[in-house]
Amino acid sequence: MTAVTEYLGKNVRQYGIWGALVAIVILFEILTKGLLLMPDSVASLVQQNAYVMILAIGMVMVIVAGHIDLSVGSIVAFIGGIVAIAMETWGLPWLVAVLLGLVVGALVGAWQGYWVAYVGIPAFIVTLAGMLIFRGLAIVIVGSTIAGLPPGFNAISNGYLPNSFGFMAGRDIVTLAIGLLALLGLVYSQARARMTLRKHDLAVEPFAAFVGKLVLFAVLLGYLTWLLSGSNGMPIVLIIVGVLIVAYTFVLGRTVFGRHIYAIGGNLNAAIMSGVNTRRINFGVFVNIGVLAAVAAVVTTSRAGAAVAAAGDTYELDAIAACFIGGTAVTGGVGKVSGAMIGALIMGVLNMGLSIMSVDPSWQKAIKGLVLLLAVAFDLLNKRRAGNS
Amino acid sequence: MSTDNTILEMRGITKLFPGVKALQDVTLTVARGEVHAICGENGAGKSTLVNVLSGVYPHGSYEGDIVFEDEVCEFRTLRDSERRGIVIIHQELALSPYLSIAENIFLGNEQSQRGVIDWNKTNAEAAKLLARVGLSEAPDTKIKDIGVGKQQLVEIAKALSKRVKLMILDEPTAALNDEDSAHLLDLVRSLKGQGITSIIISHKLNEIAAIADRTTVIRDGKTIETLDMRGAEKITEERIIRPMVGRSLDDRFPEREPNIGAEVLRIENWTVHHPIDQGRKVVDGASISVRRGEVIGLAGLMGAGRTELAMSVFGRTYGSNASGKVFKDGKEIHTRTVGEAIAHGIVYATEDRKRYGLNLIEDIKRNISAAALGKISRRGVVDREEEVLVAERYRKELNIKAPTVEAIVGKLSGGNQQKVVLSKWIFADPDVLILDEPTRGIDVGAKYEIYTIINRMADAGKSVVFISSELPELLGMCDRIYTLSQGRVTGQLPRAEATQESLMLLMTQEKAGTPR
Repeated sequence: MTAVTEYLGKNVRQYGIWGALVAIVILFEILTKGLLLMPDSVASLVQQNAYVMILAIGMVMVIVAGHIDLSVGSIVAFIGGIVAIAMETWGLPWLVAVLLGLVVGALVGAWQGYWVAYVGIPAFIVTLAGMLIFRGLAIVIVGSTIAGLPPGFNAISNGYLPNSFGFMAGRDIVTLAIGLLALLGLVYSQARARMTLRKHDLAVEPFAAFVGKLVLFAVLLGYLTWLLSGSNGMPIVLIIVGVLIVAYTFVLGRTVFGRHIYAIGGNLNAAIMSGVNTRRINFGVFVNIGVLAAVAAVVTTSRAGAAVAAAGDTYELDAIAACFIGGTAVTGGVGKVSGAMIGALIMGVLNMGLSIMSVDPSWQKAIKGLVLLLAVAFDLLNKRRAGNS
Repeated sequence: MSTDNTILEMRGITKLFPGVKALQDVTLTVARGEVHAICGENGAGKSTLVNVLSGVYPHGSYEGDIVFEDEVCEFRTLRDSERRGIVIIHQELALSPYLSIAENIFLGNEQSQRGVIDWNKTNAEAAKLLARVGLSEAPDTKIKDIGVGKQQLVEIAKALSKRVKLMILDEPTAALNDEDSAHLLDLVRSLKGQGITSIIISHKLNEIAAIADRTTVIRDGKTIETLDMRGAEKITEERIIRPMVGRSLDDRFPEREPNIGAEVLRIENWTVHHPIDQGRKVVDGASISVRRGEVIGLAGLMGAGRTELAMSVFGRTYGSNASGKVFKDGKEIHTRTVGEAIAHGIVYATEDRKRYGLNLIEDIKRNISAAALGKISRRGVVDREEEVLVAERYRKELNIKAPTVEAIVGKLSGGNQQKVVLSKWIFADPDVLILDEPTRGIDVGAKYEIYTIINRMADAGKSVVFISSELPELLGMCDRIYTLSQGRVTGQLPRAEATQESLMLLMTQEKAGTPR
């Protein structure tokens, strides 16, 4: 077992964040006397926090590339307004309205990306301007609220996959099947990665750590599936988030585009001197977060059942906090989608737990701030320790 | 040999890092008023020793005694040792670029009364110190406006302001041209006359031979021997190298049988202006060419325009208003971006690998693949298995000392980092490799390995453009050497005709001179 403990010691950061999530879940499970992990709470945890996870995916790429985006909250309100107007005023089918929203998101991203990548204005300034511009435009087009959206649209964030195959022992079969598929996919990809490393005699984590990790994940995934299948079934928004997580983990970890993002953030000069087209990558990163902000806008608007001019307020801070809690480096070059997702979940569980305990929202803010500070401090101390050894 | 004449004695110093014995029972005795050189390969323990001495590694974190001026010292911080008159001048200068010379000299030691700075006194005292180090700049000149050589002198002036008794210079001339180096060494000599003892850490053995009274050689964290440079035995560079590497290096340059083919790259009438001061020509009508399997050298003093020529050809990464023509295999090509240059088979390995060459927070494999990800990816998706295999291959071929290709590059030694840079560019499969100071700051053993790699590239039919400030290196490695001075090509000599003297003559040729 010494190999395992040594390995864990070296990877405190990586596993520490999982431990922190589990600890916070257990803490609130006790504090809320079991209310946190009620099936309905779990479903609404996902539905209420989907926007943070979606935005954090885009944000982690922006931060890894060495930038920041302060405008996503305002963009959520702006695009939410456009999508609502498209359905309500222009009478477009909701699916068309959603696609229109995504296109506008890409255009907004291209606008900001142009200033950052091709003019060379720091992203902090460009997106600070964007924060004001798009909040203003949102108020202009929305007024205060546009309600009365079609049910199909509202189901994106509030609905569940239909129970097409009936029940098995009182559990929704669709949910169980998706859970099982996810589990198999996880085991397959992890095992394959490990075998590849073994094949070339490269260092792998100790077998016990590998199995332990897989079992832990399987238990978590199984438990989640079990909870959801006994309630209303699989939330639609969870499918959207799940697909985005898998897709962007692949983009960031496996594609040339993703690799170039790390290269730019790690050492911009070296990336330029290696022939990386830094402008195009920076531009792409902002177009990408524009599209993801549009997805978040759809999810948020659907959840509320209305476009609100004040929607998305401080969402950018939630997303940034999720990234940093999840181990993304402030200086760029380091960060993972999975980390940002755990960061988002930690924030979500905090929100949920504190709300169930009916803690005053002002205190909730203060507590979340403290958690962010402590998470980054932990990261820093950990790095310093690693640096000295 | 603890006598009255001893200013510093480090006895039985052992310093452990987790898993590594960085220093093992090291002994160093420095006599009052001498210039004492410390030599050793990178990673031998020189920096650790100096850090122990200066209190960067506080008392208690190492074993052994430091006796300074007959008193056992227990330095806990850098300030403790400075208070006793021990000052380190680091390789990477610690000056603040937007503050003036005078402000930098008295940084942390401000000439003030009740918290209010006395500017007259500051500038007057600074002027006196500048005169002592022979720097004729106004004390209110900003650091960013003076060259590296002068900045080094400011550092020494700063040390003098602290009433230094023992000055430690870590690679003081690594970034200096010959003229500035000579001036610096003269200064050390004259300070010696004023009773200031110096410890010099340097890779430049000719300098050590010229200036040191004694030389202590460290290898693998142990003191190997202390050579008396002024004794009966004449100490040659080879004599110093022997204990450093534990073997004699009779031939410092590997042999190569040149097999030179047709012309591959020709640069004609290349002119580049300074990026900010756009009226100034940094490269002025330079023309060079290189053939298949040939290694050519670019010799020149600092500011001659060698790096600027290379970087401006390599995707306009330096300067403004570049003009001139580039021919590859007889056809004119454009290299306006780094991507274009690489696509035409021209690559440039930078002299500043930490800033321009490597992503220090990434691992070896991702650095090696960085410039040619396209070769190991399909439809934009990287084949990570292939990436590992490629990196493994170069780790073995170039003998990169790291346990796996997943090791973080920032933690490797300079020589191994340089090998990663070379791997990156070799993997990009170029026809022309431009290598800018590829052996700077690298120990003797690793240098030899880098030379071998260069020869291997030439044997494989690549063309190599070798930029170096060390003339013996160019003479030992190149088939043909161009000399540059003030942005102009002042001559070219085949290997057989080139000597240090003939090159230096061309390198110092003034603008009025006629280019051959």
